[in-house]
Amino acid sequence: MSNLALIATLLLIMAMAYHLGLTRSRAVAAEQDVRMHSRPGYYGALVALWCGLPAFGLFLLWSFLAPQLIEMLVTQQLPTELVASMSDRELTTMLRRISAVAEGRNVAGGATPEELLAANHMARLQTFELYSLVAVMAVMAVGGLVYARRHISPQWRARNHVERVITWALAASSAVAVFTTVGIVLSMLGEALKFFSFISPAEFFLGTTWNPRFSTSGADAQGEFGLLPLLWGTMMVSIIALLVAIPVGLMTAIYMAEYAPPWLRNVAKPIIEVLAGIPTIVYGFFALIVIGPFLSNLGDMIGINIRTTSALTAGLVMGIMIIPFVSSLSDDIITQVPKSLRDGALGLGATKSETIRQVVLPAALPGIVGAFLLAASRAIGETMIVVLAAGNNPVLHGNPFEAVSTITVTIVNQLTGDMDFASPQSLVAFALGLTLFVITLGLNVIALIVVRKYRQQYE
Amino acid sequence: MNTSAEPMTASPLVSVGSGESRTSKAKDKVKMSAEDVKVFYGNAQAINGIHLDIYENEVLAFIGPSGCGKSTFLRCLNRMNDTIDICRVEGKITLDKNDIYAPDRDVVLLRAQVGIVFQKPNPFPKSIYENIAYGPRLHGLARRKAELDDIVESSLRRAGLWDEVKDRLDQPGTGLSGGQQQRLCIARTVAVSPDVILMDEPCSALDPIATAKVEQLIDELSESYTIVMVTHNMQQAARVADRTAFFHLGDLVEVDSTDQIFTNPKDQRTHDYITGRFG
Ligand SMILES: Nc1ncnc2c1ncn2[C@@H]1O[C@H](COP(=O)(O)OP(=O)(O)OP(=O)(O)O)[C@@H](O)[C@H]1O
Ligand SMILES: [Mg+2]
Repeated sequence: MSNLALIATLLLIMAMAYHLGLTRSRAVAAEQDVRMHSRPGYYGALVALWCGLPAFGLFLLWSFLAPQLIEMLVTQQLPTELVASMSDRELTTMLRRISAVAEGRNVAGGATPEELLAANHMARLQTFELYSLVAVMAVMAVGGLVYARRHISPQWRARNHVERVITWALAASSAVAVFTTVGIVLSMLGEALKFFSFISPAEFFLGTTWNPRFSTSGADAQGEFGLLPLLWGTMMVSIIALLVAIPVGLMTAIYMAEYAPPWLRNVAKPIIEVLAGIPTIVYGFFALIVIGPFLSNLGDMIGINIRTTSALTAGLVMGIMIIPFVSSLSDDIITQVPKSLRDGALGLGATKSETIRQVVLPAALPGIVGAFLLAASRAIGETMIVVLAAGNNPVLHGNPFEAVSTITVTIVNQLTGDMDFASPQSLVAFALGLTLFVITLGLNVIALIVVRKYRQQYE
Repeated sequence: MNTSAEPMTASPLVSVGSGESRTSKAKDKVKMSAEDVKVFYGNAQAINGIHLDIYENEVLAFIGPSGCGKSTFLRCLNRMNDTIDICRVEGKITLDKNDIYAPDRDVVLLRAQVGIVFQKPNPFPKSIYENIAYGPRLHGLARRKAELDDIVESSLRRAGLWDEVKDRLDQPGTGLSGGQQQRLCIARTVAVSPDVILMDEPCSALDPIATAKVEQLIDELSESYTIVMVTHNMQQAARVADRTAFFHLGDLVEVDSTDQIFTNPKDQRTHDYITGRFG
């Protein structure tokens, strides 16, 4: 909370700095009777940046380093024999308890005298840290402001400096996204490698049995971690989903783009798009409560044994969920095909549906393929529907009326309940996550290649 | 160019270049005919009751200031206006004495008989071969591959494009130059062997050399087809058209032999337009 106040104050001071810079640049221009290099607003902005940026940078660095420093100091303060007697993990727990006490919260079992003492010490340090942070930031902000304001002169290229700061700010934002992605992948990779130190990759990627006994069933119980049943389950559900979503979505798109009268389009398009906004958990219990029993009854009637929770149930409902992905993207793409192309075909005597099939759709193909692949990666990564409706049965079989399990469901299963990040039972989640990531990445790359190939052909 | 205000001058008002003016052939058989044609876009009237006969194997040019309804009227002749929801056509248009707006008239067959070439070249995103073969396939004009090959070759020859593309028939039609694309579109139209070819400013996106090629092509095509073209280029009308029709604000002001229109227009508005007074 106090950090928020600090930043708000800083912003307030920056606003003041902006104003000071602005008026100063006008004054300089009037005094020396010259044209300034940049408009007054740029001088204002530059002074504000000089005032705010260094202080903010310090703030970031400080908030990152100070807690670690304090923790170190508190640890040093603790009785050495106590520290020596504890494992790393116990020490971490204790520090966590100490900082809780320092913030005035209660801890389980009450604080020991040593913890109380340390907590006091920590609270003092934290107060000191806060005050010194405020002081140093204030000095930097005012210093920057004064320096920059003094520096204002007709030759100072304020506009160029501001532009450069903006460029850097934009680049930094993109870097955050990129580094987060890279960071996620690397950390997954690290954990996955740990997993592969227990189970060989060949066993994982080629294994046909999935039976990860949980660590409670004995330390020596390793279990079997074959990916194939899960991969196959994922494929089966996704393929069923796409078999539903692609024809329905594409035909919806064609109808909406080419045939529907404007009033219908205006009403129906938003309704279809609402499908995409329904939380997947809602689809999940819709599948479980409505579709599953319905399919099962239907199966009884025609003499097929359909499980209530099955690949078919999950796939059907997931297909409904991704219809809007296919339809609204394809619709946009079809509408973008130029009218001149349609006119060309119609002018040769093609009927409307011939024109659409033979000219419009081929021209829109790259975009439509992109839409399909997007829908596919959406289906492969979908979790809630399959958790509820696929039946969690990680067995390799080809029957869509039977229950299956998917990669996402298994990740959920492995990470709920007894969590021990040193056992293969939990670590396998990272290997599975990485596999999922690679599959989706592969789909996207293929989409790019397809799109580019058609672009070349059609442009 | 003579910009004198006197409408009755003997010298041509638009220079047509020596010897390039077309000698009118004797053409008397009416191919298409419009009677009191009115066109509305929603409530706005774009064409105010036009009467016009189009003769077999003539080249008829439509000229007139922008927005006067040339394209609109042209598109009535093969019912391309059907594709515009708000467009309504009244009156009667006949092709070989048959009403083309009759309820039992098949628009698909009509468009096979009356082809159209647009202002902007619009080849399909298919190979050159497929672009030409599209129409014949649509109408089942070829029974065997060999017949189709013949149609493709002869159409491309007629469009004067064969030598330029014969080695790359499987390449995309969109990869050709603008002028080649336009000739491809003309070849595509010719391939379904229509009786009438409509062209809406076919050269406006082309450079002078490509334009000259297309004009020569029109000249050759007029041996076997009736051609109606819209143009903003009066020299072009003078070079290729047997007759010229002048449109103004949705009215057909005057239609006469091209020589007559450019040397001795009857209406003051025509005179003003071709001498560059307005438009
Ligand atoms: N699709 C349409 N919807 C509504 N009004 C239209 C449409 N097309 C044309 N119009 C109107 O009809 C009138 C005639 O247009 P048209 O395109 O036939 O003119 P034009 O003579 O071909 O002009 P230009 O020489 O610029 O091509 C114009 O007033 C135009 O605004
Ligand atoms: Mg026009």
